[in-house]
Amino acid sequence: MNTTAQAVSQPRSLTRIFALEAKYELLKLLRMPAYAIPTVLFPLLFYVFFGLVFGSGRMAGPVNMPTYLLATYGTFGVIGASLFGFGVGVAIERGQGWMLLKRATPMPPLAYFTAKIFIALTFSLIVVLGLFALGAVFGEVSMPLPTWLSLAAVLIGGALPFCAFGLALGYFCGPNSAPAIVNLLYLPLAFLSGLWIPVQALPGILQKLAPVLPPYHFSQLALSQVGASTGPSAWISVLYLALFTVLSLGLALVGNRRDEGKTYG
Amino acid sequence: MAENQREVIAGLEDVWKSYGDLMALCGLDLEIRAGEVLSLLGPNGAGKTTTVNLLLGLAKPLQGSVRVFGCAPDHPKSRARVGAMLQISAVPQTLRVAELVELFSSYYPDPLATKETLRIAGLEELEKRPFGELSGGQRQRVLFALSICGDPELLYLDEPTTGLDVEARRGLWQQIRTFVERGRSVVLTTHYLEEADALADRIVLLNEGRSIAEGSPTTIKARVTGRRILCRTRLHTSEIDGIPGVKSVSSEDGLVEILTSRAEPVVRELLMRDSDLSDLEVIGAALDDAFLALTTKKEAA
Repeated sequence: MNTTAQAVSQPRSLTRIFALEAKYELLKLLRMPAYAIPTVLFPLLFYVFFGLVFGSGRMAGPVNMPTYLLATYGTFGVIGASLFGFGVGVAIERGQGWMLLKRATPMPPLAYFTAKIFIALTFSLIVVLGLFALGAVFGEVSMPLPTWLSLAAVLIGGALPFCAFGLALGYFCGPNSAPAIVNLLYLPLAFLSGLWIPVQALPGILQKLAPVLPPYHFSQLALSQVGASTGPSAWISVLYLALFTVLSLGLALVGNRRDEGKTYG
Repeated sequence: MAENQREVIAGLEDVWKSYGDLMALCGLDLEIRAGEVLSLLGPNGAGKTTTVNLLLGLAKPLQGSVRVFGCAPDHPKSRARVGAMLQISAVPQTLRVAELVELFSSYYPDPLATKETLRIAGLEELEKRPFGELSGGQRQRVLFALSICGDPELLYLDEPTTGLDVEARRGLWQQIRTFVERGRSVVLTTHYLEEADALADRIVLLNEGRSIAEGSPTTIKARVTGRRILCRTRLHTSEIDGIPGVKSVSSEDGLVEILTSRAEPVVRELLMRDSDLSDLEVIGAALDDAFLALTTKKEAA
């Protein structure tokens, strides 16, 4: 679609609202190198470093290191896309008043959130495909097609709980502090959950702590697709992440209510 | 009067609103009529933005009722018929002007063509510029464009020219007039009397959450555009207060300050009563002084 102004107006259609909302959310972020580059490049670079350079020739349980870390850096990348797209995005747009301005229009509120989910999933997919390409070409990762597909599906699906958590953060962080707060949560959580180096390679006390952390459960679900999970059975992790999602959404709702009561006079 | 026969399309009835301990509105009644430009004029903290937020359904009243086109203000049916320019700092910086207008236009059932919106807002030359690269005046014009793109029957402009230089302010007035020519209703909040005078058919003066005066710009101007007389005199303040035309008198360190609507007869009277009067100065009263005069008179009455 071109960006030249239309000479005729178009009637309202819900499909069009949702499509435009998603299109411009994507354009907004693609034109923002501070979001797009770290979100996509960091997981890929980390994977090249830890997975391909240092991990080459090593084993992690039943699979080789590049395969193991493909699952955990996939988890890392998807969480990043979700937390930054949602958390930082919502915090900034609240701060600017963009959210308030939209609330004053007949836009269905769902369109705003759906667009953000869609974009988090899109960026997740880009990161996952990039990692898969690196793993397959340089990391001797070889799996049957159904395994590739189920790993991709779990990774993309895992974006949802972290979109919810990002949304909650977005309501409770200030627009300027949001990027720092999200990083302060994201990076330590990733490390402590065994996303950078396998959880079994962490010091003993940290190994005991990991199962408390949501990213750990997400990564174990991804690892179970390649047959390398060391965590609890899958349904416990699913249950844990579902609970985490519900709690996050509840928190987001509280933040939303608090916001709506706080339009200054 | 013909003004009064116009249909009431939105309004507040005995509305009370507080933020914590701060009372923002104290039993405000307000009617917005079809086709009029109504200005809510008042100093900061008078309750102007609160009134707009209530009319938009962005805030709920503590007590009282708010109706817009016969519906609750947050009902999609009323939201589809209104547009709003709020005091917000920015929109996504990387989106271009025409893109923002296209997005907002999609929310409304019968929007203006993007080209027409850009024409009215004076943004034709800027349609491909990202919001982040625009000047303050241009940004305000984009927010104005977003408020009118749905071709609203009722448009809220909340302090649209605050922070703009004189040239940008007059430019935006011209764009607001172009929209008003379509026969739509506008609620304009401002703390510039000049702005209300330039654009409005009717002015409601707000102070501390109450309506303290209402009328045409001519009527209101006569009441608030006072003059301030400063002088040193041996006359007692109570005596000065008795001079016809004096609205209020105060004295500090021997310097007497008099507010009045017309300075000349008062000065003549002062000089007649005290020929030794010194340090005489006559200045145009600031709006805040005028509000003060109006509110103190009201409390005294």
